[in-house]
Amino acid sequence: MTEYSMDCNELVELVTAYLDGALDPDTRTRFDRHLLECDGCANYLQQFRETVRTVGQIRDDELDPAFRQRLLDAFKDFG
Amino acid sequence: MTAAVEESKLIAALRDGDQTAFAQLVDRHTPSMLRVARGYVPSHEIAEEVVQETWIALIKGIDGFESRSSLRTWLFSVMINIAKARGARERRDTDAAIAAYTGGTVDPSRFRGSDDAYPGHWRPDDVPSAFPDTPEGSLLGRELLAAARRELDKLPERQRIVVSLRDMLGFDSAQVCELLDISTANQRVLLHRGRAAVRQVLENYLKEATP
Repeated sequence: MTEYSMDCNELVELVTAYLDGALDPDTRTRFDRHLLECDGCANYLQQFRETVRTVGQIRDDELDPAFRQRLLDAFKDFG
Repeated sequence: MTAAVEESKLIAALRDGDQTAFAQLVDRHTPSMLRVARGYVPSHEIAEEVVQETWIALIKGIDGFESRSSLRTWLFSVMINIAKARGARERRDTDAAIAAYTGGTVDPSRFRGSDDAYPGHWRPDDVPSAFPDTPEGSLLGRELLAAARRELDKLPERQRIVVSLRDMLGFDSAQVCELLDISTANQRVLLHRGRAAVRQVLENYLKEATP
């Protein structure tokens, strides 16, 4: 354990800041060093990225046709 | 950039009173507007009213609309103001509430205790393993997508809004902070908790689904 060490339970709370590029340089270094020697955390980061990617594929439902029509009617009234 | 060019064409058509252009914009933006509006008001019906008022505000103000900001950012910012004016629940206490919560986003029992040689590290029998490759459209990919969607809908309201705006709709951190009037730090806390909850659900799902 060096002065640069970071525990797994600390790393998991910093993943979003890491992905946003928002960690201070010292913390980022400790994060990267930890990743190099810890498969569990490397996998955790991969899971997190996959999670973000999956959420990015969520699409909202189609519009309710009656509500859509109300909006189009509003355009006729106000346009 | 083609999307931006296309949008400026639609806005120009809208200025000329083109109803088809309006319908296209409505179809493109309304579902996500409803998703976000719902976080501010107590019912789906009121969310629809808020979204409708927002579109009327655009129709009335289209001549003054500056295409410097993207239409989507404009729509969301106007809509959130309308939702707040409609008597959205009081939120002054939320920043304090966000800061007060200090629990972890991963079950603490997955980490070794203080009596271990490596306290705070993964317990050997519960180390995360990489999620499998799931091409978009594959069966497992669709199942994971459905599980992620169910969990997103269940998230506490502010987490759900932040995760939707950032990860589903692609707004960046600065835009989300401005839209929701929250600090960068709190935006990140909400985003992280929401993502971590979805990650946990996907991990559970994969543990059950794959032998």
